[in-house]
Amino acid sequence: MVSKDQKRWSLAANIIMMICSVAAILPFLLLIIASFTDDKTAILNGYSYFPEKWSFGAYEYLLQDIGKYARAYGMTILVTAIGTVVSIIITSMLAYMLSKRKLPGVKILNFLVIFTMLFNGGLVPTYMIYTRVFHVKNTIWGLLLPNLLMSAFMIMLVRNYYEHSIPEELYESARIDGAGEFYIFFKIVQPLSKPILATVGLMTGIAYWNDWQNGLYYLTKDQSAHLYTIQNILNEINTNIAFLASTNVGGFNTADLPTTTARMAIAVIGILPILVLYPFFQKYFAKGLVMGAVKG
Amino acid sequence: MKPAKKKKKTNWKHWLPFYLMGLPGFIYLFINNYMPLMGLQIAFKDFKYNLGIWKSPWVGLKNFEFLFATGDAAIMIRNTLLYNIVWIVLGIVVGVGAAILLNEVYNAKLKKFYQTVILMPYLMSMVVIAYLVFAYLSPTNGLVNGILEALGKSPIEFYAETKYWPFILTFVNQWKNIGFGMILYLSTIVGIDKSLYEAAQLDGASKWKQHRFITIPLIKPTIIMLFIMNVGQIFRSDFGLFYQVPMNQGALYNVTQTIDTYVYRALLQRNDIAMSSAASFIQSIVGFIFIVTANQIIKKYDEKSSLF
Repeated sequence: MVSKDQKRWSLAANIIMMICSVAAILPFLLLIIASFTDDKTAILNGYSYFPEKWSFGAYEYLLQDIGKYARAYGMTILVTAIGTVVSIIITSMLAYMLSKRKLPGVKILNFLVIFTMLFNGGLVPTYMIYTRVFHVKNTIWGLLLPNLLMSAFMIMLVRNYYEHSIPEELYESARIDGAGEFYIFFKIVQPLSKPILATVGLMTGIAYWNDWQNGLYYLTKDQSAHLYTIQNILNEINTNIAFLASTNVGGFNTADLPTTTARMAIAVIGILPILVLYPFFQKYFAKGLVMGAVKG
Repeated sequence: MKPAKKKKKTNWKHWLPFYLMGLPGFIYLFINNYMPLMGLQIAFKDFKYNLGIWKSPWVGLKNFEFLFATGDAAIMIRNTLLYNIVWIVLGIVVGVGAAILLNEVYNAKLKKFYQTVILMPYLMSMVVIAYLVFAYLSPTNGLVNGILEALGKSPIEFYAETKYWPFILTFVNQWKNIGFGMILYLSTIVGIDKSLYEAAQLDGASKWKQHRFITIPLIKPTIIMLFIMNVGQIFRSDFGLFYQVPMNQGALYNVTQTIDTYVYRALLQRNDIAMSSAASFIQSIVGFIFIVTANQIIKKYDEKSSLF
């Protein structure tokens, strides 16, 4: 029997959760509606959920400069794809090595990985090493390499999976059949580890897709605008708006700035793939977050 | 006495493939994590571009003296700590509250819908979130000022007035992260033995009392764990939130400057290697001390959950 108390709680829970859900969606809705608002209306009345005049003008504006945006989109996809694939390969191989508890020196190697979680050099030394020693400034490596490629947390997650979810007998029978260690890893262990690899890939992929910081640190506008991802373009627009707001003097070329509604349209196409795919990968994403936070 | 077991000779040929597998990952860790640690020495050097990291002359603690001679250090450390303290506490209250409520939703489809939607902001980049905030707060086109004007009130220059930003930043932070906290605590709550609640119900305990005396005590280990982990990160801040969302406005630095934004601005906007490396160094060292301490506390509390 459901008690009155329980019913009241359930009702209250539904109401509050519904309010939270609406609060989570509303800003995105405003963004999307703003991108479909007539530009003059937006300038005159501001952004609104109920614009007086709707228009595809913002997207037509982007089409005029399709080369730039298509290129940035391509860069986002390229960087995300390369980063994710390489990340899965090197993370899983390292994790596999660490999962071999009898490997000579494995304890030290393990500690070397964990130590990176504790002690972080911070931005300045990292920036100095990448720009002065490896010269990644204004190259695609600046988007790919710093910070995003591998994390100790992910290594630990995958290592735990190999340790607990791959039966030991599997290795023995494979070795009796004369299989080499690389063959065993890639042909037997990896196919059995798809769930964890998918989780790692998903988290890394989202991190690359969303990343704007590497572009901010390692790309400069005058030298490598051609390497910009969508997020870097969005960041660039923000910087220009900020510049406009803080200096009231003329001389700033507003032609550099997309129209009031076109900005929103760029943001919309930037998040569109995530919004569309999210319901499908939601389950794995949530699982990955929980696993990453509460280790093991 | 002879040793009972003869030490077996290590079969390096057998282990070689495993070392090879780990090699690319370790090369990356060396480049990305260990070389910057060696680079920390810049904080004690007078960095010269022509001499580079290793050959620039040592200057002792000069850079730190410069840093603390300005008021910047106090402001950024104050902001970093205060925001973190408030958000850690708020994050627990909001996260646990949302998880308990979500667990009270019995309709499976609705439950999934709420969880999916509330988690959505968590996977957006801070640049995009800055656009969302700007759509509301822009002095010329913002929705909020549009409404204020329609009501006959004068518009608010949000990006020029500091007094609103502690609240705006707190709201954005909670809005973005509530879903994460929620699923985290929910994953613990669903693991609680249902018979405990049934027994409490038979005894006539109200829902409120059930949560007060069953749910909260049983998820306490998770709460404490996350609390300590967050305290370990107390010297770090969400760079994107503090840089992007206030649109990098100088007028707001008093309440939006954290160690991370300061280091970035000093390094890449003012080209001040001395100040930025000193601030960056302090963040690394104090952060390290906090994390190791937090880990030791966790270890005392629950051996299995500690990092090392």
